Amino acid sequence: MKVVVCTKQTPSTTATFTVNNGVVSWDDPGGKPNVVNPWDEYAIEEAIRLKENHGAEAAIALTAGGESADDVLKTALAMGCTEAIRVEDAGFAGSGSRGTANILAAAIKKTGADIAFFGKQAIDGDTGLTPVMAARALGWTPLTYVSAIKSVSDDSITVERQIETGTQTVTAPLPVVISVVKEINEPRYPSFMGIRKASRATIPVWSAADLDIEGAYGPGSAKVDWSEITQPPSRDTVVEFISGDSAEEIAAALATKLFEEKVI
Amino acid sequence: MKTFVFIEHYNEEITPISREALGAARTILDGEVIALVFGSDAEEVAEKAFAYGADQVLACDDDSLDDFRVEAVGPLVAELANEYEPDVILMGASVTGRDLSAWIGYDLDAGVIPDVVDFTLDGDTIKALHPVYASKLMSTAFVTGGTQIITLRSRAFQAIEPDEDADGDIEWVDAVADDDAVKAEIEGLAVSEGGVSLTDASIIVSGGRGVGGPEGFEPVRKLANVLGGALGASRAAVDAGWIPYEHQVGQTGKTVSPDLYIACGISGAIQHQAGMRTSKVIVAINKDAEAPIFKLANYGVVADLFKIVPALSAEFSKRLS
Ligand SMILES: Cc1cc2nc3c(=O)[nH]c(=O)nc-3n(C[C@H](O)[C@H](O)[C@H](O)COP(=O)(O)OP(=O)(O)OC[C@H]3O[C@@H](n4cnc5c(N)ncnc54)[C@H](O)[C@@H]3O)c2cc1C
Ligand SMILES: Nc1ncnc2c1ncn2[C@@H]1O[C@H](COP(=O)(O)O)[C@@H](O)[C@H]1O
Repeated sequence: MKVVVCTKQTPSTTATFTVNNGVVSWDDPGGKPNVVNPWDEYAIEEAIRLKENHGAEAAIALTAGGESADDVLKTALAMGCTEAIRVEDAGFAGSGSRGTANILAAAIKKTGADIAFFGKQAIDGDTGLTPVMAARALGWTPLTYVSAIKSVSDDSITVERQIETGTQTVTAPLPVVISVVKEINEPRYPSFMGIRKASRATIPVWSAADLDIEGAYGPGSAKVDWSEITQPPSRDTVVEFISGDSAEEIAAALATKLFEEKVI
Repeated sequence: MKTFVFIEHYNEEITPISREALGAARTILDGEVIALVFGSDAEEVAEKAFAYGADQVLACDDDSLDDFRVEAVGPLVAELANEYEPDVILMGASVTGRDLSAWIGYDLDAGVIPDVVDFTLDGDTIKALHPVYASKLMSTAFVTGGTQIITLRSRAFQAIEPDEDADGDIEWVDAVADDDAVKAEIEGLAVSEGGVSLTDASIIVSGGRGVGGPEGFEPVRKLANVLGGALGASRAAVDAGWIPYEHQVGQTGKTVSPDLYIACGISGAIQHQAGMRTSKVIVAINKDAEAPIFKLANYGVVADLFKIVPALSAEFSKRLS
């Protein structure tokens, strides 16, 4: 069993955004504009646990992105991933979900992994399409929204998934693509030693020439135009404070307002 | 416009999100509405699909389709799309819809726009509004050619009033996936305890760190019950272990847009706002008049929630009885 985890660099959750002529830029007053996509932290943690507790031979972190994305790989290494790989090529720009899935799938294949972890979605585009699309590109079984791994061996895995009606238990033979949700674990903080080791790591970069990419990628492959991005009008509400001499009086006044709003 | 609507159903009932998808197809997209209804209840569910706006139903009652497994359902939807050539395929942005849209988007090499909150028609092209960066920005996306696959956010679209006399053709089709190609085996389902699901709820009452502990959720839960709503929470309350994660609203929890959102003891951090800012009416109850939640709220009460929330429960029980 060999595990790879796909992670994306995204703006931090407190970043503030501006749009100029359709170009999005962001800043974080806290000084941390880019982070590991928060949903991917759970995927990284679970990959490391398979290595530590279930004898996986490696937990490899993988990202598609520019040089700055090395930061997310260093975080993954500092947490305990055994290797990290970045894929980048001038031809990858503008790939869309399907193109990105084709690129990641080729890299996953090259690692020789048979379990590929993903986050549930990336908080920039909020699309959540990549895991199942990568599973299609690989021809592997997708198991999405996984909240627990019940058992895993060299040839099969049993997981719990969070679906609308409840918690579903599913078994599938390896290889599989797994996307995880928050319930699955509590991601660890990188250790001091881990951070030191990761800061010295050199991260290999694979380009299109190093990969055997099947299927389309790059600008021509995208089927959705996302270029029109706007700042939503701010919620133009002025709060109406309800006050009164007693809790009962306030409750009665508020109830009257809410009946007038016709929301009850 | 020829539109496919993928129908999710449970206990012979069409789920709210699929009724909303039928409604969007019927009222915004002009043309033929073909519902896809799979599983052993297909016949009963098909009748209801007509009532909610379908002109035709493509049904398959193969039991391999009973519990949604994307390896069984995906190939059949892709095959039907190749045969019937719909312009649009609509479904809910549920777990099922997310899996299915990605599968068929990949296999049909078609554009997918997920989690859409509104759309308009520009000729035959859907201009779909998809919130990005946790709703801090909005993208108006469109598919540049071929089938347009769109998943709809819960409660963003309206179902039509059901017409019990509506009728149409049911065409029965066969499952296409080989047994060997469907590798996932479902071993069980632990149905979550009843109650209203957060994303479907029209009223949500949420508690945050201000409730002070697990017992502090009792008055909040009571108010939710009195109003027939669902119980929400901030991440601080979830992380403290006072309430399970499934109640969390926000950027790393659920995105909700109820008619009424009552935030009790929640400061209104940007990540919490990301999950609830599209609620129609927001009420905030907080001791601190400077709490950021008041910048978002329509109505505010600056007071101790343990005094106000029980008084609200009493008031609404009286008025709603
Ligand atoms: C990556 C990331 C993702 C996150 N995702 C989410 C998310 O999905 N959802 C989410 O909610 N948060 C999320 N957060 C956390 C968020 O930043 C806040 O920490 C959190 O929302 C605070 O929760 P709170 O409002 O309950 O607590 P606090 O900010 O501590 O606020 C408690 C409020 O209760 C009031 N109060 C106290 N006692 C009373 C009383 N008796 N009566 C009335 N009012 C009272 C106080 O005045 C205060 O305003 C995320 C953070 C990060 C970094
Ligand atoms: N550029 C990328 N590099 C590595 N992993 C990615 C990339 N884009 C998306 N992913 C993975 O796919 C998941 C879903 O992303 P998305 O489909 O963009 O919402 C993320 O949580 C990551 O695990």
